[in-house]
Amino acid sequence: MGFYTKKNMKIGLFIPCYVDALYPQVGVATYKLLKSLGLDVDYPEKQTCCGQPMGNAGFQNMADELVENYDKLFKDFDYVVAPSASCAAYVKLFHPNIVNHECKAAQKTMDVVEFLHDVLQIKSLPSKFPHKVSIHNSCHGVRELHLSSPSELNIPRFSKIKDLLQLVEGITILEPERVDECCGFGGMFSIEEPAVSVRMGTDKLNRHLATGAEYITGPDSSCLMHMQAIAKHQNYPIQFIHVVEILAAGL
Amino acid sequence: MSTKHTIAAEKFLQNSEKVTRHDQTFWSVRVKRDAQSQELPEWEELREAASQIKKHTITHLAEYLEKFEKNATKNGAIVHWAKDADEYNEIVMDILHKHQVKKVVKSKSMLTEECHLNDHLIKHGIDVVETDLGERILQMMHLAPSHIVMPAIHITREQVGRCFEDYKISPEVGNYDPTYLTRCARYHLRDNFMTADCGMTGGNFGIAETGDIVVCTNEGNADMSTSIPKLHIVSMGLEKLIPDYKAMGVFHRLLARCGTGQSTTVYTSHFRGPRPGGEMHIILVDNGRSKILGNEEHWQTLKCMRCGACMNTCPVYRRTGGYSYTYFIPGPIGINLGMLKDPDENYHNLPACSLCCSCDNVCPAKVDLSSQIYRWRQGLDGMGHADPMKKFMSKGMQVLFESPGLYTTALKFAPIANHLPKFITEIKLNGWAQGREMPVFAKQSFHELWKKGKVKA
Repeated sequence: MGFYTKKNMKIGLFIPCYVDALYPQVGVATYKLLKSLGLDVDYPEKQTCCGQPMGNAGFQNMADELVENYDKLFKDFDYVVAPSASCAAYVKLFHPNIVNHECKAAQKTMDVVEFLHDVLQIKSLPSKFPHKVSIHNSCHGVRELHLSSPSELNIPRFSKIKDLLQLVEGITILEPERVDECCGFGGMFSIEEPAVSVRMGTDKLNRHLATGAEYITGPDSSCLMHMQAIAKHQNYPIQFIHVVEILAAGL
Repeated sequence: MSTKHTIAAEKFLQNSEKVTRHDQTFWSVRVKRDAQSQELPEWEELREAASQIKKHTITHLAEYLEKFEKNATKNGAIVHWAKDADEYNEIVMDILHKHQVKKVVKSKSMLTEECHLNDHLIKHGIDVVETDLGERILQMMHLAPSHIVMPAIHITREQVGRCFEDYKISPEVGNYDPTYLTRCARYHLRDNFMTADCGMTGGNFGIAETGDIVVCTNEGNADMSTSIPKLHIVSMGLEKLIPDYKAMGVFHRLLARCGTGQSTTVYTSHFRGPRPGGEMHIILVDNGRSKILGNEEHWQTLKCMRCGACMNTCPVYRRTGGYSYTYFIPGPIGINLGMLKDPDENYHNLPACSLCCSCDNVCPAKVDLSSQIYRWRQGLDGMGHADPMKKFMSKGMQVLFESPGLYTTALKFAPIANHLPKFITEIKLNGWAQGREMPVFAKQSFHELWKKGKVKA
């Protein structure tokens, strides 16, 4: 389905809790971009969190009300779009198991990269970003949502993130060695196993730095947040930016 | 918020160079595995076939076990059944007593580790000599394996050299050249092969259709162990059965490619019956396996063929080493098998996973490793092993996120946290602050911007 047949679609914007509190500019960029593509976008104000932090910690039973609330808020939209691959993946893959019934909203939930690439199939963008960026292929984006081909599998190589970034004028796209190794965030993992988590993050950062990039970009602000916290601690000269902020640059 | 794994990991991580070496060694095996897998266009179909064959075999296990027993017996082997480790160890001792065995040479077997066979034999006065080089080094050093395929990879050649000197098998003191040390080990092991009364092997596969035992090694030590002594004892877990040779073709193509990044192991030996004038005993061991079969959430662990690929790709295993785990099998499969064996002892390993899911993708039998770890975590509270801090934090999040009103109020006040002095945010309780700066709350959340009409196209 091409883009022009989709103009009347109603899009629900899901801005996950930590994006809401720490990176509102990522939410704003998502909204602007979707509106610029002529879509009807709304943001239900009673949304909070997808429940993943509790689930990964071993308390998904504490998330059942959140799951029901999410379904209630978003079930009538044509698509629910979130600028966070990990949260979108949690909604899509885990929500139905938590409440043990069909979740209409979960079926319609997509990460923004997936949505732009697969549903809208955008082929051009007005944005410019004359910088070198290193793509951070986050685990759940790669292995749960298949935003790019997982390095472990013998399947044709693809990257939806790269496809989209290539539409941006002036950009130089790079990728680190060990292209989709984990950055060590992992939610509660980062504070329960801090030593290994920081080491994983430091290793990952160094591989991104080795590309010569000015920015690290990715579809998950959570991974970016983790690496940014280490980079700041060690005074590494690198900046962080969500993919959607680049795609919306200049709007 | 710490478990035995997190504490051991922190200690291991203090030696940064060692971590780098460990990480790079196993990553290089992962890279070799990737290269091998890329050479076979049918790779993903092979994995799917392996997964289906294992599923089929373990869900028809009784049938295949009987078939295997019948065919192995027809070939002249003697088949024994052991329900647990104690029964297994007794069966081995009975056979050894009957043959008045004084010395056993052993090729690598994780099952004997699982059942603590060596300790049992030594207690009964039997001389046990491991013949896989890595296993032998560890045996001399009184250490356990740190990996199931490359058990001594964490040991440096200098350490090996000094150990060989202590055991008087390296006459040239201070010579740590790998070729020289290998030659020392070879002479030492040959003497043992020549004087042993029994050879023990594991079994990578048992083929029901023919009664074959298939053993894969790179050193030929299984063949040496079974070529001189007339008595051969095979120890094999029930789940190692596969239906036939056609299935063997699938697994043979996967095992070494996944495990070590070789297209095949150097030796793939099929044992079918005793040597002339000798005896071959096959001990089929349950030791909890039939219970796992009935476990709806974790039965898939029985598909595992112990290739070690999940360890090699695991970013946590590579950086924390095998000894950081409480179970003798580390890494993703070990976390799960440990929980099945003894959750009260092994729940300590559950934090050792960032849920990156890479293990799921390298597993040749498609065991759902990361999903299982996620599921175990959900059960911790019921077992009384939930971390109180984690529970408290999750409860806090639940209260906060279930109430949009409270949530938006919290958002409004969150930026105050940006101004907390470092001595508060960096208290020991805050695991985040160890090596990381605190994230900065936005002055206005998206919620607030939206409410004020500041989010515009």
